[in-house]
Amino acid sequence: MDWELMWDSVPALLAAVPLTLQLVALALLLGLGMAALAAWARLSGHAVAAGAASAYVFVFRGTPLLVQIFLIYYGLSQFEAVRASLFWPLLREPYWCAILALMLNTGAYQSEIIRGAILSVPQGQVEAARACGMSRLLLFRRIVLPVAVRQALPAYGNEIILMVKASSLASTITLLEITGVARRIISQTYAVFEIFIVAGILYLLINFAAARLIRWAEWRMTPHLRARV
Amino acid sequence: MKSTIATLLVGAAIALSATAVATGADAKEWKKVRIATEGAYMPWNGTDSSGKLVGFEVDLMKDLCTRMKVECELVAQDWDGIIPALQQGKYDAIMAGMSATDERRKVIQFAGPYANEPSAFAAMKGSPLLTIAADPALVDMKELTADERTVIERLASQLKGKTVGAQVSTIQASFVEKYMPGVTLRTYDKVDNIGLDLVAGRIDAMFADRSAIGGLQKEGATKDITVFGTQYRGGILGDGVAVGLRKADKDLKTLFEKAIVEAHKAGVTGKLSTQWFGYDIAVTP
Repeated sequence: MDWELMWDSVPALLAAVPLTLQLVALALLLGLGMAALAAWARLSGHAVAAGAASAYVFVFRGTPLLVQIFLIYYGLSQFEAVRASLFWPLLREPYWCAILALMLNTGAYQSEIIRGAILSVPQGQVEAARACGMSRLLLFRRIVLPVAVRQALPAYGNEIILMVKASSLASTITLLEITGVARRIISQTYAVFEIFIVAGILYLLINFAAARLIRWAEWRMTPHLRARV
Repeated sequence: MKSTIATLLVGAAIALSATAVATGADAKEWKKVRIATEGAYMPWNGTDSSGKLVGFEVDLMKDLCTRMKVECELVAQDWDGIIPALQQGKYDAIMAGMSATDERRKVIQFAGPYANEPSAFAAMKGSPLLTIAADPALVDMKELTADERTVIERLASQLKGKTVGAQVSTIQASFVEKYMPGVTLRTYDKVDNIGLDLVAGRIDAMFADRSAIGGLQKEGATKDITVFGTQYRGGILGDGVAVGLRKADKDLKTLFEKAIVEAHKAGVTGKLSTQWFGYDIAVTP
């Protein structure tokens, strides 16, 4: 073990943390939009919309993220039509290709979390709200959403942690996030063990913070489960 | 909180206890030698459609092994882990278009060289960079004259602000990092992927082994890649392609060096080179 080398690699690896966080945050946020859309489509009762949403979820949950990243980065760019399209300024950049792949992937998983959470809202509560004369929007905001969010949080926390780890695959398309920088340092020092340990610790710390944050949110949203003081 | 810290400590302890690192072989009679190649660097080494390893180095290896009277096993290994895995004893030698450089000599030793190829810049057909003249045709980086320095500086200013692709952990990546300060370097795991990104227009130019660029030009998707400007060799770019070995295996180095000299004298290296490259890149060690 070369402790000095490990210590020396810390600043370079730390400098890569913002990119990792950006990839995760943007992908999660945009993925949430995708997921809400897909979950809504599946619960809408509209056959075509539900079919399209299920197909999306099936494809992106059923194929490896690495394959999706390669298809989007190296695959799409082979078509002249894609390179001539107005999406090219975005697809040209490895950064946006990574976000697109991560977003589509997490969107598929998140939509299942959302769908499950909404379905878990007791039918009786919905009927009671309707009997009180609540409009659909008000019913969703006051009754369905609070219950569903509480229900979804633990699974959602899992998804965040999975995304932090999944973002390491962005290093395969030349992005210098934590894993990318680690691989570059290793290629110069050949110290695989030392550098990946430091990189691993950084991921651990990020996920530690993420898990704490989720737990705090859960605590905030379930005051009725706490002992009264 | 206390339990979390305890958990973290236990985790760290488990990770550290796994530090069992394999060491180099002791002096022994070499009967079987495992040789690693990348399998993605045509015409040096590549993989055919059936998954079989082929190429100049695969054929040369067979000849060298017969001369050394050892049984050889060829393994495919990704480029970016090829030196660490050698050190860990996963195989005994590297023949993967690897140039012998001082940087690499810090961690491994080399037998050879058996071949030498200059590095070249390339861009897509129609790129304005192609107007950069090949004047002079070749620069040896070993002892740079004032004129040669000017050539490199001129190139650096012509490429300023451009994005250049190179394979990670290669002599070419080091060259760009050291001599082209205004250039954005993008590093790739495989040379094929540099070619794809050059075609896609994500990078303006690539810097690689002249022959590896030749390999790309033989593929349909990357056939329009065109070499431009001065080519470079020596110094930071190494002293030719050689067999990489663990420093401890002195006897294996002797075996390889003898076989490489014999193969060269018998004209085998030259013949295989002409067969795979179309020209002779064999050198005497």
